[in-house]
Amino acid sequence: MSTVTTDPHAHAEHDHHHGPAKGLKRWLYTTNHKDIGTLYLLFALTMFFIGGAMAMVIRAELFQPGLQIVEPNFFNQMTTVHGLIMVFGAVMPAFTGLANWLIPMMIGAPDMALPRMNNWSFWILPFAFSILLLSLFMEGGGPSFGWTFYAPLSTTYSNDSTALFVFSVHIMGISSIMGAINVIVTIMNLRAPGMTYMKMPLFVWTWFITAYLLIAVMPVLAGAVTMVLTDKYFGTSFFDAAGGGDPVLFQHIFWFFGHPEVYIMILPAFGIISAIVPTFARKPLFGYASMVYATASIALLSFLVWAHHMFTTGMPVFAELFFMYCTMLIAVPTGVKVFNWVATMWRGAMTFEVPMMFALAFIVLFTIGGFSGLMLAITPADFQYHDTYFVVAHFHYVLVTGAIFSIMAAAYYWLPKWTGHMYDETLGQWHFWCSLISVNVLFFPMHFVGLAGMPRRIPDYALQFADFNALISIGGFAFGLSQLLFVWLVVKCIKGGEKATAEVWEGAEGLEWTIPSPAPYHSFTTPPEIK
Amino acid sequence: MALKHQPVVVKLCLLTAAMFGFGYALVPLYDVFCDLTGLNGKTSTMAATAEAAIPDKQREVLVEFIARPNNNMPWVFEPVVHKLRVHPGEIHRIDYLAHNVTGRAMTAQAVPSVSPGQAALYFNKMECFCFTQQHLTAGQQLLMPLQFYVDPALPEQFSTITLSYTLYEVDAATPVTAQTATGDNNE
Repeated sequence: MSTVTTDPHAHAEHDHHHGPAKGLKRWLYTTNHKDIGTLYLLFALTMFFIGGAMAMVIRAELFQPGLQIVEPNFFNQMTTVHGLIMVFGAVMPAFTGLANWLIPMMIGAPDMALPRMNNWSFWILPFAFSILLLSLFMEGGGPSFGWTFYAPLSTTYSNDSTALFVFSVHIMGISSIMGAINVIVTIMNLRAPGMTYMKMPLFVWTWFITAYLLIAVMPVLAGAVTMVLTDKYFGTSFFDAAGGGDPVLFQHIFWFFGHPEVYIMILPAFGIISAIVPTFARKPLFGYASMVYATASIALLSFLVWAHHMFTTGMPVFAELFFMYCTMLIAVPTGVKVFNWVATMWRGAMTFEVPMMFALAFIVLFTIGGFSGLMLAITPADFQYHDTYFVVAHFHYVLVTGAIFSIMAAAYYWLPKWTGHMYDETLGQWHFWCSLISVNVLFFPMHFVGLAGMPRRIPDYALQFADFNALISIGGFAFGLSQLLFVWLVVKCIKGGEKATAEVWEGAEGLEWTIPSPAPYHSFTTPPEIK
Repeated sequence: MALKHQPVVVKLCLLTAAMFGFGYALVPLYDVFCDLTGLNGKTSTMAATAEAAIPDKQREVLVEFIARPNNNMPWVFEPVVHKLRVHPGEIHRIDYLAHNVTGRAMTAQAVPSVSPGQAALYFNKMECFCFTQQHLTAGQQLLMPLQFYVDPALPEQFSTITLSYTLYEVDAATPVTAQTATGDNNE
């Protein structure tokens, strides 16, 4: 990639700049990309545990057949809000947090391009999620129609918490769009001199493309929830056949948003893995340009595959085949990526610190999730798999061992840069191995019960699924508890530990490793020169 | 610095607004797409002619009639017969009863839907109360006619066609749906 010259005197000047304000106001009023990145990451971690607690309720109920712990209506609220929180509250803000912290440091910019909007886009998020979470305490409970809020479940058959759900999704959408605009403007306008597009680190590239996806589809989601709102309260009939509408139209609009959304949650992960693997293989990334083009092709194809979520709605055969082949086509650029990561490691001088372990686990387990995705893409097979635990297994492999593992990898990789201390390697390895084993005990058997016909989103199940479900629940509890190790590790790393050098990792390349650890409050106030 | 950002920000905001509009544009686009493919079971709003109808006595198709007033509609609305075995190409006429049980004059519009959706392209209505709006005074009852035939070109895999009507109130304040509007134009 790019070689860098930095002025050794530039860093000494940082002490002259004003530091952060003190106390709560620092965080409320901050326009500093590092502060806002930290806020996003801590918010995402909090949401990860809240959404995780809901998953624990689900797994506790499913530990045994029959209804033991919660009412079916509450169970449905748990599956719904678990999904919403994890997608919009944990994964997306975590990636936005990483973007805030890293993009300016990676492209040699002093801050994000629109710092005030940056503050705004973070601080509306806690309100969105407070509204969503507090709606659970309304009479009749919170949203219980699944995170996909299919009409008429969310229109005719929902309670008044739907209005709060819609409002909170609007706020989440506005926040994401503002974040995306900020990322694009930053990348387009604030790259250091000499940093051409094809010299940008892949994390920057993947986020650049993700930001466009966000701008393209979050407004469509906003439209979908608005239609649900007006159908429910203002007498429109977008999705009500009685008034000339069509409930299947909802699914088209939702998945037109929904499928690019899943790439929004995985493209930045590709960027992270493409940063980590070369560092610990001590080789430059294999096929940089092909990685960029593969990312762009995945993003474009993501707009042509939405109806593979709807094979069972009675589409004409031609449409089913079209969406099946387009979906399978996505395996090609994804395969390019996996190939490039493996080729990067080939004959590399590899070491296996925690970030690398998570990155390796990502490559293997995300690929498993990709394979089950290919199985689901096969139209006739999908009629068997649709709405079963096989689907649950599939998207948890790509989202937990994919997106979440990449976020964990990123956290370990850049924690020394953020805090100035090395994390506790032993504790990190414990966290990794506990997570790796438990996550597979949790999600792998879901493939089997799904293929055997266990439906998703049901609080009870047939007796023959009992043993597998008990095993899955044990995996779930173990995975949930393992994440406490991560919190302990992060707290420990913030409080102290071995001093981190500027470079932190022996093989690390990129501008962020040229500034001291912890990264000073203001970095690259004079842009570095990139040759 | 801000001057450099402004054009990009403006463009991205316009893109956001355009995509919000696109979400809504999917609604009419979907209707057009469904008109062409019969995907969502909406029948044509134009009266068909009987020229093409040469009955196919070898084949029988079960046509089921469903009718319901929508949730906010107080009228009684039902077909006089609920199912009919027909030969494709044969012209049939059935009546639907509408009864305005309220104490005020009301106008109603019936919206049809055919299941399975793709059969909608082969379900031809020569005369239908759904082509127009119905105006009933307080307490008035009306038998409303439907004259139809099933196109003999109906693909083999369809042996049952369900025709469903939902009746809803039309008042001046409620904008009429796109489909109703086209129906009116064709009168």
